[in-house]
Amino acid sequence: MATLTPSQTIGPFLHIEVPYEGEERLVDPNHPGAIRLLGTITDGEGNAVDDALVEIWQANSAGRYAHPEDDRDDVPLEDGFTGFGRCATDSEGRFEFLTVKPGPVPGPDDSKQAPHIDVSVFARGLLNRLVTRIYFPDEAEANAGDPVLSLIEDEAERQTLVARQEDGALRFDIRLQGQGETAFFVI
Amino acid sequence: MASELTRNGRVTGYRRDDLDINPPYLYPDYASTQTRAPKRPLVPMPHTLSEITGPVYGDERIGELDHDLTRQHEGEPIGERIIVHGRLLDGDGRPVRNSLIEIWQANSGGRYRHHGDQHPSPLDPNFSGGGRTMTDDDGHYEFVTIKPGAYPWQNNPNAWRSRHIHFSLFGPAFATRLVTQMFFPGDPLFFQDPIFNSVREAKARDRMICSYDHDRTVEEWALGYRYDIVLRGREATPMED
Repeated sequence: MATLTPSQTIGPFLHIEVPYEGEERLVDPNHPGAIRLLGTITDGEGNAVDDALVEIWQANSAGRYAHPEDDRDDVPLEDGFTGFGRCATDSEGRFEFLTVKPGPVPGPDDSKQAPHIDVSVFARGLLNRLVTRIYFPDEAEANAGDPVLSLIEDEAERQTLVARQEDGALRFDIRLQGQGETAFFVI
Repeated sequence: MASELTRNGRVTGYRRDDLDINPPYLYPDYASTQTRAPKRPLVPMPHTLSEITGPVYGDERIGELDHDLTRQHEGEPIGERIIVHGRLLDGDGRPVRNSLIEIWQANSGGRYRHHGDQHPSPLDPNFSGGGRTMTDDDGHYEFVTIKPGAYPWQNNPNAWRSRHIHFSLFGPAFATRLVTQMFFPGDPLFFQDPIFNSVREAKARDRMICSYDHDRTVEEWALGYRYDIVLRGREATPMED
């Protein structure tokens, strides 16, 4: 087996190449069910992380991934919806996507996963990406039964993965370190 | 018809056994990790349908010259013209086909075209420093660029980054996403570069260093470098019930 290529930090100058224009918009503003998904990234001293790249990956509103390995033909694909978005944080550490709430998708052992969005965070000072998930505040029952969210034993830590409603948008702040630190996964 | 495996969520994940070649989150010699590395242990999770799928980029956003960083302006950039090529492979040596590769780098004087770079070395009006391409059916890719310069940074007194090109790879799934840096053979700055040295195993550091490729060197024009990139391999496929 060949040695894998190791991860290195994305560094502070990623904007030379990524993201591309419009990658933070997974849907048009007039798309039915369009939601603003926004947040701020802060470090262990509470300072804004102004050089991060946030990537999201999600199923469409019916719960189907636009990927050949999701071969459930009875769950519809949606024309033009890739399920992928990227956004660089601004000078105040903020990111913002326009997307739709994904449907539920199958989980391990015949379980069902609550609607969720997979997230990668890249930044200067992160030698590896950090992976987390966004869950939805109006899905308390599905969240309680979610096979991945349930892996986090502490209730307060679990809550760091549940977005909250704020003025018609969904807010998901990411704390890299310290008080209120976001739960991150090894995948 | 969907396979029963997908429907029941019994998906084939990506291997984890080799992941310890990656650097730790907290590596104090690299000062920025001290306030950005999580303090709590990360939570191991299984790969579900969400992690074995991932963004599918087509080539619709790749321009004809996006792989050639020396032809994005009216004139040619100053520097040592190089061809960087290789294959994108999985952990079993199979090609990763039709997959997006993005790169960015400093110019030959070690300066990035970026408002955050204050290094007192001139910008090159003929060099932006960003490129992208897709791998072909054999997993092969190629960029034409100039060799980036070394540059000082504020990590510690008299700290210099080894010459490098940033690489962004996707592979087939969310689980295979990788951002890394490619280094050049024999760089005398390796010994004092904590980002490079955050990878603890020598053979893993070697994986980040391209090799001089005389076969791809073009007479009277450019030096060739070979850089193969290895993403995670797949677990064995589970048996259908």
